[in-house]
Amino acid sequence: MSAITAPAPAPAVAPADPQRPRARRRRVVWRIHGPLSLYMLFTLLPFYWMVMFAFRERGSSSLLPKPFTTENLKYVWVNGNFSQFFLNSMIVAVLAVVVSTIIAVMCGYALSRYSFRGKNAFQLLMLSTQFIPGAMMLIPLFKIFQGMGLMNSLWALVIADTVFHLPLSMLLMAGFIKNIPISLEEAAWVDGCSRFAGFRRVIFPLLVPGMVAVGAYAFIGAWNNFLFAVMFINEQSKFTVPVGLSYMLGEFGVDYGSLAAGGLIAVLPVILLFAYVQKYLVTGLSAGAVKG
Amino acid sequence: MSHSTVTGPPPVRPTRTPRTPYLLVGPALVLVAVFLVYPVGNVIYSAFQQQNVLTPWDDGFVGLANFRQILDDPVFWKSLAFTGKWVVTEVSLQLVFGVALALIVNEQFRGRGLARAMVFAPWAVAGILTTTIWMLIFNPTTGITRYLADMGVVDYGTSLLSSSTGAFWAAVIAEMWKGIPFFAIMILADLQSVPGELYEAAHVDGAGRARRFWSITLPHIKNGLVVATLLRAIWEFNNVDLLLTLTGGGPAGSTTTLPLYVAQTALKTKEFGYGSALTVVAFAILTVACVVYMKLTKMGEDQS
Repeated sequence: MSAITAPAPAPAVAPADPQRPRARRRRVVWRIHGPLSLYMLFTLLPFYWMVMFAFRERGSSSLLPKPFTTENLKYVWVNGNFSQFFLNSMIVAVLAVVVSTIIAVMCGYALSRYSFRGKNAFQLLMLSTQFIPGAMMLIPLFKIFQGMGLMNSLWALVIADTVFHLPLSMLLMAGFIKNIPISLEEAAWVDGCSRFAGFRRVIFPLLVPGMVAVGAYAFIGAWNNFLFAVMFINEQSKFTVPVGLSYMLGEFGVDYGSLAAGGLIAVLPVILLFAYVQKYLVTGLSAGAVKG
Repeated sequence: MSHSTVTGPPPVRPTRTPRTPYLLVGPALVLVAVFLVYPVGNVIYSAFQQQNVLTPWDDGFVGLANFRQILDDPVFWKSLAFTGKWVVTEVSLQLVFGVALALIVNEQFRGRGLARAMVFAPWAVAGILTTTIWMLIFNPTTGITRYLADMGVVDYGTSLLSSSTGAFWAAVIAEMWKGIPFFAIMILADLQSVPGELYEAAHVDGAGRARRFWSITLPHIKNGLVVATLLRAIWEFNNVDLLLTLTGGGPAGSTTTLPLYVAQTALKTKEFGYGSALTVVAFAILTVACVVYMKLTKMGEDQS
């Protein structure tokens, strides 16, 4: 019976309900759509609230962005220096993505294709660093970056973000590479490819989706980082978006339209990336190598 | 490691290890050693020092003085108690709602992909941005209470963040907004590994929906739940962005967690020695709590 009605081999499919379709649909609504709608209200209303204030004229008390205005966005972007903050955040996030992805591919390849002495110890070390809280690294990292003359340098943020994201990135990457059959590579070696050429011609093209996913996580992590940025950066010209936002929060009450517009600028890149990578979320982040 | 024994070749030599893997992991090892392992050692060292950027001439070894100061520090004890309350409240609420959400989006229905993307979206939002968004909702002039006041439900100017109970629940809700998706994502992965035939067999045997959940789903995801709860607890313990920016640990220090106290010590007073000692104590407490939890739940013992 279920073989006929159950669609495809998806897991956890309930067998067909013997009752009439209309009664079944009503039950589905009660079981799925009702609670899901309530939860979506909880998830999406806060986003809507921010968008509404970002595009609503000051003093209006409408629950719609009426009268509509883009003044808040313009004001924050130009007068609020968010164009500069945005650029700084981009520089930090892109550099962190590039550095951490390259290193993650190198480590992921070593972990999935070689067995070498100290491999387990290395993996254990990487996993355990996942439990080191950023707040507790503030003081020693401050001292290190001060010693290296990297205070007020975006490089301090690139390094800190890369290091904190690297263990997760490389463990995810090792998983992706493990999923590519080694026979493909062996075929390339037989055809006369060197190990590196085999990687570049066979593995790399297949690895691109995985690299995009890992890179996206690194980007989100670096873009969102606040604690390091507020600790290591004091000059306004070097502020990242989260730091800029935190100063606006300090003056909150004065100008919530600008605050909402600043929030919108901060959330857009992350939400766009998220829309792209969310399909990897469940499979990618389930391996225990998880960090919020 | 084995290179320390210089006398003769090692007794057992496994297959020749090529240099390549070490070259590949080398850069990562250097980065992690310099920027994670060394700092951990440095924190422990500094915990026994007096260190203050503002008064460097007083710096030096002070033995256990920092730790004695912690025992007499009322802020420490208060923040420790609040940390427990915060972690337990957050994790248990996220557990209940996260599992419920995961069960719902694991069902088959039209638009499931889009629904998943939407409910999981807050996961990607920064702590500071969570604050920004919820500040607009909690604030008396821009928030929900203003519209409730228009309807005559509450007084104008009601701020959720001015009383310590209000600030606590405001922070709990905002953090749940970001945390529930995370919990749900982890549980969803476990749900997808439950074989569908089990449900069919149980259905044939006449088991109802509730019965199927208790007898099939729950046993299957039990280990996953234990791990997810532990990871969330560690994260909620460590996470300071939201509380630092939403309540600032206030009013009157009533929402200060231990790591937040550390961050404030580092950011404001620059007492690095004392802050390091607090870090060591906080980390020790977290480790002990994790070990106790793993023992209580027998985590890792039954490998099924």
